[in-house]
Amino acid sequence: MSQKQFMQNPWSNWMKGEGPDSDIVISTRLRIARNLRQHPFPLLATDSQGEEVVRKVTEVSDSEAMRKRHQLQVIHMDQINPLEKRVLVEKHLISPHLAEESRKGAVLLREDESVSIMVNEEDHIRIQVLLPGFRLNEAWEIGTKIDDIFEKNLNYAFDETRGYLTSCPTNVGTGIRASVMLHLPALVMTQQISRILQAINQVGLVVRGIYGEGSEALGNLFQLSNQVTLGMSESDILSNLYGVARQIIEQERVARTYLLEHTRVSLEDRIFRSYGILMYARTVESKEAAQRLSDVRLGIDLGIIPDVSPLVLNELLVTTQPGFLQHHAGQKLTPDQRDERRARLIRERLRVVESQE
Amino acid sequence: MNCEECGKRPATLHLTKIVNGEKTEYHICEQCAHEKGDVFTGFHNFSINNLLSGLLKFDPMQKNGRETATNKPLQCETCGLTYSQFSKSGRFGCSDCYTFLGDRLDPLFRRIHGNTQHSGKVPERMGGKLKIRKELEQLKQALQSHVASEEFEKAAEMRDRIRALEQKMAQS
Ligand SMILES: [Zn+2]
Ligand SMILES: [Zn+2]
Repeated sequence: MSQKQFMQNPWSNWMKGEGPDSDIVISTRLRIARNLRQHPFPLLATDSQGEEVVRKVTEVSDSEAMRKRHQLQVIHMDQINPLEKRVLVEKHLISPHLAEESRKGAVLLREDESVSIMVNEEDHIRIQVLLPGFRLNEAWEIGTKIDDIFEKNLNYAFDETRGYLTSCPTNVGTGIRASVMLHLPALVMTQQISRILQAINQVGLVVRGIYGEGSEALGNLFQLSNQVTLGMSESDILSNLYGVARQIIEQERVARTYLLEHTRVSLEDRIFRSYGILMYARTVESKEAAQRLSDVRLGIDLGIIPDVSPLVLNELLVTTQPGFLQHHAGQKLTPDQRDERRARLIRERLRVVESQE
Repeated sequence: MNCEECGKRPATLHLTKIVNGEKTEYHICEQCAHEKGDVFTGFHNFSINNLLSGLLKFDPMQKNGRETATNKPLQCETCGLTYSQFSKSGRFGCSDCYTFLGDRLDPLFRRIHGNTQHSGKVPERMGGKLKIRKELEQLKQALQSHVASEEFEKAAEMRDRIRALEQKMAQS
């Protein structure tokens, strides 16, 4: 895939597949942080030191062992424009830090975008695996194999006592951050969410809302991830996260059933109103879009709206973001212009789907 | 749950601090975190710099004036990062910082992770040596117990295996 296609294609290929529990778990993400011995961490490195790290890492990505499994394309951050960077951020392929602040930053992307390896983010290497649905073990399998290939060819900063040494003390040890993106509209509607979030804090996990212009969780999306990286093995971290996510998924299902049984008419009303607005509105702010899309997604998952693929919603979550809208338009847009384009994009996309049926 | 700073906006950042096994939680909103000097460019970039340096400021070891007593700041000899720079930024400069800042880090790790010792994956390269070392420890213990119970034949067997392993260690 060319660099251009990475920018233009709203879909990461991984989004097309429907993983396990995909009515609630949008995606699973695993990140592995690694550093090279005898190189200053990226935050302190000079340009030439940074370049050397990029050279060493790309050499490994070109090696036969890596090419057998993954075709990785290198994109250097100083060779793409700010809007293109933003698109990569909105697709969750790079972090805002790599886009905005890193020097000599680069990303190695697999064609289907399920693997992205950031170079010179806060750490020298950050391997990221992104899969649709609830697939923690699979993400770890893919990530740890890539890690093994790097490890054979590079001299990792590792210490028997502290484990993998990272730039930030919050990542030391295993260096892994695993997370699942959960769509929890029924737990929000039944006002159980804060109770659950509080409980989660007590078991070494952390929950965040998905990014948005405001501070609250946009579109009832929550990202659940591990907080502890030192002293727990990778499998402990993953099974802890798995267990808690499993419980939340079950609670969300119970809440959905409850809403269906006890408030069916008002639930249907809410869902169809949102659907109607998205089908006909001429201007939609991103916050409203996220909320309405969440309602429609719930309607699809509950079988209330029969003719729309939930995957369209996954796609719209990405393509209605400011960076994507502007890249698509080929120009900078004012917020008003964005709201208008967002409304049109959603209308067109939902219509296409309807007429296909 | 509302933000503990302003009490108005919903708390979106949650941090658990663990001191001597006792957990304290912080819940604050993004805006308050911003105002406290943090940089939030998106959920992914959840930066806990500020909270981290907050934790470091309460380091009891810093209070007893050890740094001034020796008149030589604790510093990484490779990259030059001092402990006080580290406690401001919350970031290490290189992997040797972990060695030079050494024991000072234990309380911090305990607060963040509730632990100070890695117990996960080990790079294959190191894995070999680590494994041999663990095996050696076990063999030496077995040797002692065989000697203590006067099972000399078994003890001799242990001794031979220890020698073989030690040779293997020396070669690798
Ligand atoms: Zn606040
Ligand atoms: Zn250093």
